[in-house]
Amino acid sequence: MDLSTLTYWFVGTTFAIYIGIAFWARATTTGEFYVAGKGINPVANGMATAADWMSAASFISMAGLIAFNGYGASVFLMGWTGGYVLLALLLAPYLRKFGKFTVPEFIGERYYSRTARIVAVVCLILASITYVIGQMKGIGVAFSRFLETDYDTGLYIGMGIVFIYSVMGGMKGITYTQIAQYCILIFAYTVPAIFISLNITGNPVPQLGILSTMADGNTYMMDKLNLVVSELGFNEYTTQVLGSKLNMFAYTLTLMIGTAGLPHVIIRFFTVPKVKDARSTAGWALVFIAILYTTAPAVGSMARLNLMNTIQTGPVGEVTANIEYEKRPQWFKNWEHTGLLKFEDKNGDGRIQYYNDKNKDFAAKAESFGWKGNEMVKVDRDIMVLANPEIANLPNWVIALVVAGGLAAALSTAAGLLLAIASSISHDLLKGIFKPDITEKQELLAGRIAMAGAIGMAGYFGLHPPDFAAGTVAIAFGLAASSIFPALMMGIFNKKVNRTGAVAGMVTGIGITMLYVFQHKGIMFIPGTSFLGGMSPNWFFGISPNAFGCVGALANFAVAIGVSRMTAPVPEHIQHLVEDIRVPAGAGAASDH
Amino acid sequence: MSKSDYWKENLRLVTILLAIWFAVSFLFGIILVDVLNTIRVGGVGLGFWFAQQGSIYTFLALIFVYTKKMNALDRKYNVHEED
Repeated sequence: MDLSTLTYWFVGTTFAIYIGIAFWARATTTGEFYVAGKGINPVANGMATAADWMSAASFISMAGLIAFNGYGASVFLMGWTGGYVLLALLLAPYLRKFGKFTVPEFIGERYYSRTARIVAVVCLILASITYVIGQMKGIGVAFSRFLETDYDTGLYIGMGIVFIYSVMGGMKGITYTQIAQYCILIFAYTVPAIFISLNITGNPVPQLGILSTMADGNTYMMDKLNLVVSELGFNEYTTQVLGSKLNMFAYTLTLMIGTAGLPHVIIRFFTVPKVKDARSTAGWALVFIAILYTTAPAVGSMARLNLMNTIQTGPVGEVTANIEYEKRPQWFKNWEHTGLLKFEDKNGDGRIQYYNDKNKDFAAKAESFGWKGNEMVKVDRDIMVLANPEIANLPNWVIALVVAGGLAAALSTAAGLLLAIASSISHDLLKGIFKPDITEKQELLAGRIAMAGAIGMAGYFGLHPPDFAAGTVAIAFGLAASSIFPALMMGIFNKKVNRTGAVAGMVTGIGITMLYVFQHKGIMFIPGTSFLGGMSPNWFFGISPNAFGCVGALANFAVAIGVSRMTAPVPEHIQHLVEDIRVPAGAGAASDH
Repeated sequence: MSKSDYWKENLRLVTILLAIWFAVSFLFGIILVDVLNTIRVGGVGLGFWFAQQGSIYTFLALIFVYTKKMNALDRKYNVHEED
């Protein structure tokens, strides 16, 4: 069977599974719609959390980031996993004990303030929308590259599938589809990785492959990669840093506390029966996440090695060592069609030279070879995972599987985010603030309508990506890190933080983070409005805008604690509430609202 | 055997575990990476290994240790949930 038939077959089968689950797991109460009736087993919930968490970015983009940033990309590996330690130790068990449906609901009750609840809803919606746009784009791209439909059609199909299982099943339907999606995505990620590791190092375990020697010799694989890239003027793979060490420190910390503060991840911990289960869910989630995250460094480094070796087939400087453009492999041609890979024959020799022409020390050498600049004018890092099976000559079914896996990753994350948005609208805004007297049936209907509306909006932004889509990561993690995480943590660990302090802290945290992002990337990311420029010399201690959320978080903590000291103390009954959530006993009774 | 003793023991446990969390990622993976890279595990430096592999394995261990210890602590202070 040819590739496109196989791909249709794989993607069609997985979609049929998702729809089947949707019919089987329909939600009939608000409890089922918001938190799956709090009846999910912690291992199953860990799996669903892993799928919820691992987005198109983890599946498709991360290995590419690693491939081109080497050691510098460690910030993503540590940042996106270390947050689970914070979740497990500082937030999850206590929020589960509190036993309500949404994150703003906790903030509103703990700080006995509607304002705090509304601020939390706004942060949640902003962070989740920016995040969901990325998933929608991922779905559109996967369809247009592999299923030969256009981008828009792909997006409509993706929206339709999410609509069916999330509007019908709410959290219950989403949880069970996420479990299926996890199985598909992890299989799709690890199978090619095993093949490639076996090809390059002879070791079938990718995590060990990166420590091993090459299959054809005694050189270590990483030493070989370092040599290959530095011979062409690129930074040495295992030592290149991202900005500076301080920037890496801040970036890692921001991603960690941002992860722990993302509402769509936190609400997954509301779905288990007990406090005990909330603790172990975090552990199981990280087990399932770690399978992908510890494989990614192998995928990234080996893809880079394969890419370099495809183009530079022999010693640097020998004319025949650079591959002839006419003899380029099929995958190269396929990706050229998408515009994500571009070649330009600058010296007119009909061969491809791929090197770092920004490296001044290497420039003289390159000139002596007759090279006139890097001819791979575009190598989009997002193609690494999708192109990997083709580069390594793996069979077509592996490629089809990777496409289905990428779609599973994007769909599962999109559904989780959409639920977080829908529940904050129907439960926090409608039921909590505007119309407290609606019946459960009406609220359930409102939840479904909010979900449908959120899907429509996400689709609209997917079709017409706003300028700020490029800044997605900065906004989502920055907001979660600087507003939601500190408010939740202080709500549990510091009984003295009061209403005024919490609101002042959140506003300060968001204010500082957004101001920093906007002043370097433009107001709402509109080009030309950045008043300090995107250039690194203007960065505060060299910290990049994406890494700034942790500074906002520190400001949030400081302001909240300071203001609380100067204003009216926390009322008695709220102090009792905090004492009560600190112990697990009695969780069963508290779970009904 | 009061609830405040329970909370103090909990805080002590969390502090110790977070110290390890900080050490394997920020300390070994970023601050001391060059020093640790002089020690090799297979084909890579130890600092690089912690940054891309070791820290993640340690995070896993930390959560499961926490779960186990906290469940024991719940029983010791009799604040566990009914089975």
